[in-house]
Amino acid sequence: MDKDKFPFTLAAGCLGAGAGILTALGNPSNMGLCLACFIRDTVGALGLHGAAATSYIRPEVCGIVLGSFLLALYRGEFRPKGGSAPLTRFVLGFWAMIGCLMFLGCPLRMVLRLAGGDLNAVAGLAGFALGIAAGVFFLNRGYSLQRAYKANFLEGSWLSLVQVGLLVLLFLHPAFIRFSTDGPGSLHAPVVASLALGLAAGAAAQRGRLCFVGGIRDWLLFKDGRLLKAFCAIFLGALLSNLFLGAFTGKIFFHLGFEGQPIAHNDALWNALGLGLAGFACLLLGGCPLRQLVLAGEGAADSAAAVLGLAVGAACAHNFGLAASAAGPTLNGKAAVLIGLAITFAIACFNTYGKDRSL
Amino acid sequence: MKKIDARGLSCPEPVLLLRRALQKGEDEYVILVDNGAAKENCLRFGEYQGYKVEIEAGGDDFCLHLKKKA
Repeated sequence: MDKDKFPFTLAAGCLGAGAGILTALGNPSNMGLCLACFIRDTVGALGLHGAAATSYIRPEVCGIVLGSFLLALYRGEFRPKGGSAPLTRFVLGFWAMIGCLMFLGCPLRMVLRLAGGDLNAVAGLAGFALGIAAGVFFLNRGYSLQRAYKANFLEGSWLSLVQVGLLVLLFLHPAFIRFSTDGPGSLHAPVVASLALGLAAGAAAQRGRLCFVGGIRDWLLFKDGRLLKAFCAIFLGALLSNLFLGAFTGKIFFHLGFEGQPIAHNDALWNALGLGLAGFACLLLGGCPLRQLVLAGEGAADSAAAVLGLAVGAACAHNFGLAASAAGPTLNGKAAVLIGLAITFAIACFNTYGKDRSL
Repeated sequence: MKKIDARGLSCPEPVLLLRRALQKGEDEYVILVDNGAAKENCLRFGEYQGYKVEIEAGGDDFCLHLKKKA
C-alpha cells in the first residue's frame, strides 16, 4: 500500500513544530495554528463581527483548504459531492464554534496550549474526550447524516475559490477589509510563512486524514491509534519547538501552570464544557474543524456548509458577547454553550432514532 | 457473500457498517465505498479482523473484497 510510504506521524510532528515556529515569527502565543481563532479573525476582517482586536485574513486557513484542494486534484482524490444534511452540518458547525470560543481555541490549539504548558487545556481535553464519547454512543446506535451524492466540479470547489478571493483581499487590503491594529488580530507571522505552513498542513492532513476528533473516536470505536499517534506527535513537535525556541531566542514559549496563560482563562468547568460541546458537535460532523476544511478542499460541499456554520458561529459569538476572553467566560456565553449542548443532543437523537435506517 | 453499499457515507460510517456485518461471521464480504479515507479505514479494519482484502477500483468507486483467512 502506498499509504505506508507516507511518514504521517513524522509529518504531524513537523506540523506541531511549524506551529511553534509561527508563534516565534509573530503569531499570538500558543496560536501558531488555531482554526477557530483564525476563522474568527477572517470573519472579523470581512466586517461580520465588530471585535476590533480579532480581525485579520489568516493565510493559514486559505493554505489549508488550498493545500488539500491541490493535493486532492493531483492524486485524483478530488471528489465533488454534497447533499448529506447540509443545513444540519451548518448548525453543528455553528455550535462547534461557540464551544471552541468558550474554550478559546479549536482542538488543534488545545494541543498547542498543552505544548505551551497551559494546564487549563487539560480540562478542555477532558471535556473534548467526553463530548466525543457522547457522540460515539450515538454512532454505535446507528447515528448517520445519510448519504452524499456526486456533484459537479464547481459545487465541490466553492470553498477553495473563496480562499483564493480571500488571499487577493489580503494582498490588496482594500479599505473595507479591517485588520486589527492591536490585540491578537494584529499579531501575525509574515504572510509567506503562514501561507506555506497552511499549504503544507492542508496537504499533509489530506494525505494522512488528520483529525483530532477522529483520533479519540477511532480509538474508542476500533482501538485504532493511528490518528491518536499523530495527535501526540503534534504535541511533541510543538513542545520541542517551544523549548528550543525559548532557549534560542530568550523569549518565553513554554510556561507551565494555570495562571497568566496567553489568550486563555482558567475556569476549568467552562473550558471543559466548551470543548465538550465542540467535541460532541464535531463528532456528529465526522471531524474537527481542521478536517472539515480539508474535506471541503477535497470537494465535500457538506463540509463547506459546516465551515460556513463555523464562520457564522464566530460572527455571532462576538456580536452577542458569547466568546470568552482572558477575563473568563461571559454569562451569555455560558447560556449559549448549554443551549448548544441541548441542540446538539437533539440532533444526535433525531438522526439516530428518528430516521429511516434502511440505508 | 454479503454486499454492503457504503457509497456516499462519510467516515466512520462505512467501517461501522462493515463491523456490524462482520459480527454475523460470514467468510466473504463485498463493500462499496467512494472515497479514499473509507477505503483505507475499511481495509485496515478488515485486515485487523483477520480478512484478506482485495481492492478493485471502478470509476469513482472502490470495491473491497474481504475473504476470511484460513
